[in-house]
Amino acid sequence: MGKNLVFLPIVAAVIAIQLLTAWTDSVYYLTQLTMSAYYSLLIVGLCVLMGYAGQISLGHAGFFAIGGYISAALTTHNLIPFVDQLPVRLLTALGCLQGGLDIYGDPLLVVTPWVACMIAILTALIIAFLLGIPVLKLKGHYLAMATLGFGIIIYRIVLASEYFGEADGISGVPGFQLVPGLLVSGDKSWRVPNYYIAWTVLILAVVLLRHLINSRVGRALRAIHGSPEAADAMGVDTAKFKLQTFMLSAVFSALAGVLLTHYNGGIGPSEASVMKSVRYVAIVAVGGMANIWGALVMGMVLNFLSLRGFFGSYDDAVFGLILIGIMLFAPEGILSLQLGRLWRRIPLFRRKTPAVKEV
Amino acid sequence: MTILQVEQLGKRFGGLQAVDDVSFSLRQGAIKAVIGPNGAGKTTLFNLIAGMLEPTTGEISFQGKAIQGMRPFRVAGLGIARTFQNIKMFAGMTALENVMVGRHVRSKAGFLASMFRTSGCRREEKAIRVKSLEFLDFLGIADCADTLATNLAFGQQRAVELARALALEPALLLLDEPAAGLNIYETAEIGRLIVRIRELGITVLLVEHDMSLVMDISDEIVVLSFGRKIAEDIPTVVQRDPEVIKVYLGE
Repeated sequence: MGKNLVFLPIVAAVIAIQLLTAWTDSVYYLTQLTMSAYYSLLIVGLCVLMGYAGQISLGHAGFFAIGGYISAALTTHNLIPFVDQLPVRLLTALGCLQGGLDIYGDPLLVVTPWVACMIAILTALIIAFLLGIPVLKLKGHYLAMATLGFGIIIYRIVLASEYFGEADGISGVPGFQLVPGLLVSGDKSWRVPNYYIAWTVLILAVVLLRHLINSRVGRALRAIHGSPEAADAMGVDTAKFKLQTFMLSAVFSALAGVLLTHYNGGIGPSEASVMKSVRYVAIVAVGGMANIWGALVMGMVLNFLSLRGFFGSYDDAVFGLILIGIMLFAPEGILSLQLGRLWRRIPLFRRKTPAVKEV
Repeated sequence: MTILQVEQLGKRFGGLQAVDDVSFSLRQGAIKAVIGPNGAGKTTLFNLIAGMLEPTTGEISFQGKAIQGMRPFRVAGLGIARTFQNIKMFAGMTALENVMVGRHVRSKAGFLASMFRTSGCRREEKAIRVKSLEFLDFLGIADCADTLATNLAFGQQRAVELARALALEPALLLLDEPAAGLNIYETAEIGRLIVRIRELGITVLLVEHDMSLVMDISDEIVVLSFGRKIAEDIPTVVQRDPEVIKVYLGE
């Protein structure tokens, strides 16, 4: 675990920020930081797909929406009218349902969040598999096109179907009890624990992805990126590895969707829009593609600013502009610009040139 | 014992018959060279064996198994490794990491095992590293292990590529112009190296332009011209074959 000491400063920063907000009486910042952490969960997964498997997806908001919407629909639609029907009786027998009261105080019977979460993730996994099989056997940017189509379809489905609340989306989503005493919920009293839950999930995800990158699988992915023919000649099944990475990133997105929906208590169709997918791609690009730290930092900073309304009504335009700017001026990501070099141009910080040795 | 059998192999690109009715076999443990003027179809023949191209006609069998039209990664999995005429390093990876990719088919950790770094996965990773360093050492470039492969000198890159192919522990090694771009000393070095590789029990099939190298180390030579096989024999006989002389020196 020695290599994971890298995470100590991050954990320290996470705790420091929480203490700082408590001290300065600005705990409300934690809400956006929690939401940013969930968006960043999607972004680090997308980073591995884009940076290491070299595939661009313009449909990750679709996977996020699949996670969020399935979870929201299953945990809010009342099954009491169907209580006598076989599927519902079966679910009851299996312990997949939970009771409660709706806002009018009427009895409620819904799927438990854990089961809904599993169904949501499994759905994302299967769709990624079906979408990826034919597409990833082709070379080039076919995945970008196919996922763009997929994203549009998901957006239209959630917008048009009554089950998913049409333009209003779904609200009144209950909290998600991870373990007894730990609830994913936007309720004020749960704000601090939820900040830590989100960060724990995010850091855990980054740990797993870093393991992956520094393993046989990660090497194979980087090899595909470095020289597809040579990777093929070394026995790497390139299509399979690309497909599995795509599925993995889809699962991360769906999980982010599930958790953020329970945290927000609802989800709307804007979460499924293609503009959101473009935003995620832009953030990974700013972070430097094959750079999980860059993706993490940029994911946190840009989402936080966006959620705080920093970009005003130009929000989407800003992300479009970022994408264009990065592609033109810093295709290796913003961290590659070596700001240190600019810094040293200022006389005060200029390094002393080492004296040339006389021969 | 025959390890590789090529039977009436043909490959047509539109109007061009790049490989035309070529048959030969390769004895286990032998070094065989394929020579011929530019455009004779040598590299096409290689790509057909390695699975990068699908033959129009004919058969290729490796250890008794038909492999024509099989995808390259499957061919590699059966134990056929190759190098490329224009070196193909994995950019952004160190020399050692390049060689470690060569261990791919000899290891098996998947997505979940790698993510959760299971004990089996950690053990395997250690073994991959140790073994890969051995191959770098075999080629005398162990001190370059942590250098980015693309930053190495040309000759060293060639060595890394060879180490990567050897790391697969192949039964058959395909070398596509291993001496291309090397000076006479380096070429002689490569020749000695190929003989050492054969001593490891690996059968070698090479495409080469450098006649002195081919004559020195090959047990047998196949000569191609315009896609057809015009001679196949031991070096001393091929050297004196009138048709081969005609093809190489003109009439």
